[in-house]
Amino acid sequence: MAHAATAGRVPERGLDVYTQKVGMWVFLCSEVMFFAGLIGSYVVLRFGAADTWAVPNEVLNVPITAFNTFLLICSSVTMVKAFAAAQAGDQRGIKVYLLGTTLLGATFLGVQVYEYVELVLHQSWQGSHGFTPAAGLYGATFFTMTGFHGFHVLLGVICLAWATIRAWRGHWGADNTHGIEVLGLYWHFVDLVWIILFTIVYLI
Amino acid sequence: MDWALPPNYSTFGVVIDQLFWIILVITGIAFLLVEGGILWFCLKYRGREGAKAHYTHGSNRLEIIWTVIPAIIIAVLGAYSALVWDDIKGSSNRPADALEFLVVGKQFEWNITYPGVDETLGTADDFTVRNQFHFPVNEDITILLESEDVIHSFFIPELRVKQDAVPGMTIPVWFDATQTGNFEIACAELCGLGHYYMMASVTVHSAADFDAWQASQAPAAAQ
Amino acid sequence: MATIVAEATGQAILHEEHEQSFLRKYIFSTDHKVIAIQFLIYTLFFLMIGGLLAMLMRYQIAWPARGELPLGGIFPESMVASGYILPEFYNALVTMHGSVMVFLAIMPMLVGVWANYLIPLQLGTHDMAFPRLNMLSFWAMVPAGILTLASFFVVGGAAGAGWTLYAPLSARPDLTGVGLGQILWLVALVFIGLSSILGSVNYITTTINMRAPGMTWMRMPLTIWSLFITAILALLAMPVLSAAGIMLIFDQTIGTSFFLPEGGGQPLLWQHLFWFFGHPEVYILILPAMGFTSEILSVGSRKPVFGYKAMVLALVSIAFLGFIVWGHHMFQSGMNPMLGLTFTVSTLFIAVPSAIKTFNWMGTMWRGNLQLHSAMLFAIGFVAMFAIGGLSGVFMASTPVDIYIHDTYFIVAHIHYVLFGGSLFALFGAIYFWYPKMFGRMMNETMGKIHFWLTFVFFNLVFFPMHGVGMVGMMRRIYDSTGYAHLQGIEDTNAIITWAAFGLFASGFLFAFNFFWSLKKGRKAGANPWNATTLEWQTPSPPKHGNWEEVPVVYHGPHEYSHPDVEDKDWLAQNERPDVVSPAAGSH
Repeated sequence: MAHAATAGRVPERGLDVYTQKVGMWVFLCSEVMFFAGLIGSYVVLRFGAADTWAVPNEVLNVPITAFNTFLLICSSVTMVKAFAAAQAGDQRGIKVYLLGTTLLGATFLGVQVYEYVELVLHQSWQGSHGFTPAAGLYGATFFTMTGFHGFHVLLGVICLAWATIRAWRGHWGADNTHGIEVLGLYWHFVDLVWIILFTIVYLI
Repeated sequence: MDWALPPNYSTFGVVIDQLFWIILVITGIAFLLVEGGILWFCLKYRGREGAKAHYTHGSNRLEIIWTVIPAIIIAVLGAYSALVWDDIKGSSNRPADALEFLVVGKQFEWNITYPGVDETLGTADDFTVRNQFHFPVNEDITILLESEDVIHSFFIPELRVKQDAVPGMTIPVWFDATQTGNFEIACAELCGLGHYYMMASVTVHSAADFDAWQASQAPAAAQ
Repeated sequence: MATIVAEATGQAILHEEHEQSFLRKYIFSTDHKVIAIQFLIYTLFFLMIGGLLAMLMRYQIAWPARGELPLGGIFPESMVASGYILPEFYNALVTMHGSVMVFLAIMPMLVGVWANYLIPLQLGTHDMAFPRLNMLSFWAMVPAGILTLASFFVVGGAAGAGWTLYAPLSARPDLTGVGLGQILWLVALVFIGLSSILGSVNYITTTINMRAPGMTWMRMPLTIWSLFITAILALLAMPVLSAAGIMLIFDQTIGTSFFLPEGGGQPLLWQHLFWFFGHPEVYILILPAMGFTSEILSVGSRKPVFGYKAMVLALVSIAFLGFIVWGHHMFQSGMNPMLGLTFTVSTLFIAVPSAIKTFNWMGTMWRGNLQLHSAMLFAIGFVAMFAIGGLSGVFMASTPVDIYIHDTYFIVAHIHYVLFGGSLFALFGAIYFWYPKMFGRMMNETMGKIHFWLTFVFFNLVFFPMHGVGMVGMMRRIYDSTGYAHLQGIEDTNAIITWAAFGLFASGFLFAFNFFWSLKKGRKAGANPWNATTLEWQTPSPPKHGNWEEVPVVYHGPHEYSHPDVEDKDWLAQNERPDVVSPAAGSH
């Protein structure tokens, strides 16, 4: 559908980039500020905290989240492959890679839900049972940051699922790649945010 | 109608008021220039049938003039403000041998803890009085400002003192009253339903009177 | 993502118009002009609500002990009891007056209405880049408005912690008695943030990528420049407020303690986040007004804007500086005093571009051929009032003086000179100016002029004396000032302010009457009633769906009035052949 916009249209001045892509870049600037607000608050609260900050290893399940991180990075790779397949007009590639990205994203979410359930129900925190958002600044910042990231992954997975369905209907092709590219921008952004969050929340 | 700053009774107030009047004069001149100019243009260049406006896209020389002149005025004002600010609030200028009080705001009262005769907070002869702040004239006073619940703001207009009291923080504020008298502490930050009556009396004593007042209070508070 | 409407040609879109149902055309429309009008109705309604809240507040300030509130019986007992406005209701009035005016009236009126209406028209394109997102940005405001109104009627009443929502007061229902009302407002704020971000994405993308042929950056009307810069500010500032607002909601609902010291949180963190958003927000609220003013002054003076490039540079520098001055709201907050020093410097320097703009507006009027119609009067009024608001800002930028005037009525006077004398004057001007384009008819001039003079006089009677009340030391947001020794003697001033405020509110109804009356009875306006040069005036009033039969081509800058080589008329539209106009229409 996107390519139709350029057909027969009076040339207008602007960047040499199609409008949806510009729009996504602009939107991502806003997203950067949203996460900057959350991460900035985390930094201020962590370094301003009176008592020592809990060691991630003692509260969080770092190995399983490391595996999850690996999944998300893989999904970025499949996203790139999907775009390449679209550019080449490889219908089978488009389907396989879009489906793969969707499944990887969904698995990431599943693992995150499992992690949350385990933390809330079974993890002990300062002598009491259950690590929740109410568990001090540590719990508050952990759940807020990872939760909002998870929400973004969820939105991404929904869009990916929709793009995958369209792939089966033969919607994408060499002449119609914009949707996949724009979605890919969003997906790589979400991936990048996770790498930052994983580093500052789980590793240091 | 009395549109004036209240009389000043503190050392810092002198410079604050002076700066206020300096800014009033500068901005007053700018005000007259701008408003007068607009009025004059409205009268002089009022549209007439058949008249044609002067065609110009501007003047770089004028742009430079009205960028540089305000910038210079502003820079001087900023530098002077910064010096005065540092004098008043800079932690290096906190008086070393000031008489210290603990002031704790809570909905909707000010609790003042006095150092007692030993002039030191945190000792056995400290005592706390609700909504009454007494201190001696011509002496450096430091209050340690705290809050129990929400943000309040400690405001004594006549002493030109204002500082927010923030829960979880202890904020030092210092001043020096130049005359004895009776004033009020007002709360200047919305703090809830009783914000408007969160008031305490302030009494600035002579040194001898303050000692006498403190002596009269100490035993009562100790009981 | 790839949901952009295929716009083949203007013809195709004009054709499409006939097939649209009423619902698609007027309610869930994706036409930027319809969305703008929806925003206009919405914001005028909330302007009235915000004004009403202010009237109740003023009644209490002028006669705190009198009771006898006229029509007090129509309020529930939890707000007004036997004629007395209760303190909890007063706090809600203070809070919601500010919140409604900033977020539901002025900001969406500046941006939602005029960015929507003017960006495609002045840039010469068919519609926004993402028409469906644009529709969503209006419909996100609807739940925000409903939640806001509903919050007055829930247990505990509407939010009462000030529009700045300072934690912990805003985070602890046990300390205010306000629980659900506060949460509803915060949720509304998240919707407003969403609306604003979606809108901004559209405005920015459209401006970057969809300008008509020949519409280079330095040929864009100043309105577009100001709306573009504003959209960037909103894009970068609103998400921070959303993040902070969500954290505050969590503090209230799921037991986190971001801003609560007893759980290790930091109250000042809220203030930093809020003002990191809040100061760019101040410029979001004034930059578009500056754009409208530049435009109207140029048309009304029959002269090019004086110093176009300087105006653009000033806009850009205000936007940049706007992100590094937030701490000047926090000089007395307990923040490290040395930080205060740096914020003083950046704050004072933001006065420089404001001064440049003011002088350039005067330069635009200088040796003009001034057409003093209602729109022009409001634009001139903007310059006059904004100058006062800007100058009074110097007092609080000077930190030592701020110690005394912080949180007094001096601040209230300042913000209203900027936000009412500034933004709202320019908005009134913009409505008088672009109404004929929107609706095809002129607003009544006589009523317009009366409206201007009433507004001008009452406005100054309300807000100028507030400087005096502030100097005396009256604190903001107090329910009753009569108990303070230092506030004795200001009762008469407060009563005068209140009477003038009633007059100001009443004069708004003259405007409303004119607005609706002119829809049917106004004089028909041709395509270009003001003999203006920008592109929106080169298409019929009101423009058809799709705006243009054929996309215009732009040959020169936006404000070519009174060019000496143009015979017969004193203007040359942007899409008229440039044979007589030098292509470099910048300052020289």
